[in-house]
Amino acid sequence: MRSDGKQRAPWGLKLAAGLGLAFMHLPIALIFVYAFTTEDKSYQWPPPGFTLKWLEVTWNRPDVWEALKLSLQTATISTLIAMVLGTLCAAAVSRTKFFGRETISLLVILPIALPGIITGIALRSAFSIADIPFSIWTIILGHATFCVVVVYNNAVARFRRTSGSLVEASMDLGANSFQTFRHVILPNIGTALLAGGMLAFALSFDEVIVTTFTAGQQSTLPIWMLEELVRPRQRPVTNVVAMVVVLVTVLPILAAYYLTRDGDQVAGSGK
Amino acid sequence: MTATSASNAKTVQSESAVLPGQGGITGSLSDKFWRNPKLLLILMLTPPALWLGIIYLGSLFALLAQSFFSIDEFSGMVQYELTLKTYGELFRPANLDIIIRTVSMAAIVTFAAACVAFPIGYFAARYARGKWKALFYIGVMLPLWSSYLVKVYAWKLILAKEGILTWIFTKLHLTWLLEAWLAIPIIGGYSLSVSYTGTFLVFLYVWLPFMVLPVQAALERVPGSFIEASGDLGATPGQTFRHVIFPLALPGIVAGSIFTFSLTLGDYIIPQIVGSSRLFIGQAVYAQQGTAGNIPLAAAFTVVPIVIMGFYLWGAKRMGAFDAL
Repeated sequence: MRSDGKQRAPWGLKLAAGLGLAFMHLPIALIFVYAFTTEDKSYQWPPPGFTLKWLEVTWNRPDVWEALKLSLQTATISTLIAMVLGTLCAAAVSRTKFFGRETISLLVILPIALPGIITGIALRSAFSIADIPFSIWTIILGHATFCVVVVYNNAVARFRRTSGSLVEASMDLGANSFQTFRHVILPNIGTALLAGGMLAFALSFDEVIVTTFTAGQQSTLPIWMLEELVRPRQRPVTNVVAMVVVLVTVLPILAAYYLTRDGDQVAGSGK
Repeated sequence: MTATSASNAKTVQSESAVLPGQGGITGSLSDKFWRNPKLLLILMLTPPALWLGIIYLGSLFALLAQSFFSIDEFSGMVQYELTLKTYGELFRPANLDIIIRTVSMAAIVTFAAACVAFPIGYFAARYARGKWKALFYIGVMLPLWSSYLVKVYAWKLILAKEGILTWIFTKLHLTWLLEAWLAIPIIGGYSLSVSYTGTFLVFLYVWLPFMVLPVQAALERVPGSFIEASGDLGATPGQTFRHVIFPLALPGIVAGSIFTFSLTLGDYIIPQIVGSSRLFIGQAVYAQQGTAGNIPLAAAFTVVPIVIMGFYLWGAKRMGAFDAL
């Protein structure tokens, strides 16, 4: 029998685990310090002074706003497409056994299992073969493809926990399929879908590798950041944008965690 | 008389097992689905299957097909004849170097990630309870999901010559150690941000959460009684670890290594931002399809990680890693 709480971890293990967690978090914390530094030419540490000036400068930058707008549009539309496709797929896979079921789940996972560069270059060469000009829709096409898996993972886990007899009971009581969907299935899978949607949003909002291949002249926020990383021009503005991106992605992740914490911890099982 | 018989017939009908059809479009559609579940299944599967099948698999096969074409060295035009010439080019010393460099980096990153992730997963699985458990879970999820570019950017700040790491070494009077490390050929360089050490650190940092989660999941499934039984039978903690805990956690480590290995193989942004100018597979693909315009060679290069990952997944499946995902 395990004596819960009485067992003490060896101090070496505690130290290693603590250091590991610190290693994962300190670099992100550093971003918050750099966003307020007065130094604008180098990455000098410790910062010579602190200022709020760069927040204002960033606020007045039209290119940052445009990139943010494009990112939000792309993420919203891709998430909606992924939610529809992912839910349909999850419902089909979890309700029934059919020929090729394994293939379907493999197909859904593949875009995330293979390196992003493969998805990206494959889409790009397909666009050039089919003569599709680059636009926001080519970006969305790519994003929705790999966002499906996140929604799918969350929805499948919830469908597994939702008993099929609930649906049968609803039908026995005279509800038709649509009423059953609206009043029985949707409330049951709602939070899982919302969590999946939020993670898909965070994934799409942040994605850069596939986007470099499927975007033409427009830049999403990650593309904007990538350009700054390769050829730094506006270090202080980049610092502020990095901080904003951390905040924008952290909130949906925390929300998704609280929505799914009872039981199915699948949210992160396959980014 | 006729009215009663009609109403009789009605009651008989509703008492029988078969209910009357439902009215309205939704009702009749719903009846159809109930009688014919396959129809509903097909309706549900068609949109996702079409999307993934046409957009994703279609592009993937189009890309793979191009790797069997070759490029004319003089005109720079793609020749649409089936040939294995492009694959032969992969074995040129320069290209072989790129492949070996990438695979070794992926292997080292995977090994290091397993070493760092194990204590975190072990502590979270065996000792953390209640509030601490949730804290550890969020503590791994947040870095996993936070922005990839921001994480890389943070390391650019850390590794810069005027950055925090140099400052720490100076404060600890260990500058000589940093300089000695940078003087080592291959892994060293002018500063950490242009050395393989830097590339390695960023890779390790960015992919670490992908290792922690499956390792923790595998360790959670090791019953505490096994460890106590091993101790009761006279094993030292070291022996218990070697013969009980580690073998049971191995599928989790292999599952995590699928992510760390595959992600390192395909990445082209990290070595571009932090590291030396020598290419990794991802950068080679990007350069070949972009500036060089050699789509066939780029396509052949992408086949390398696909084949490596194919073998890797096959081996991992034999070790039972998929149950640990």
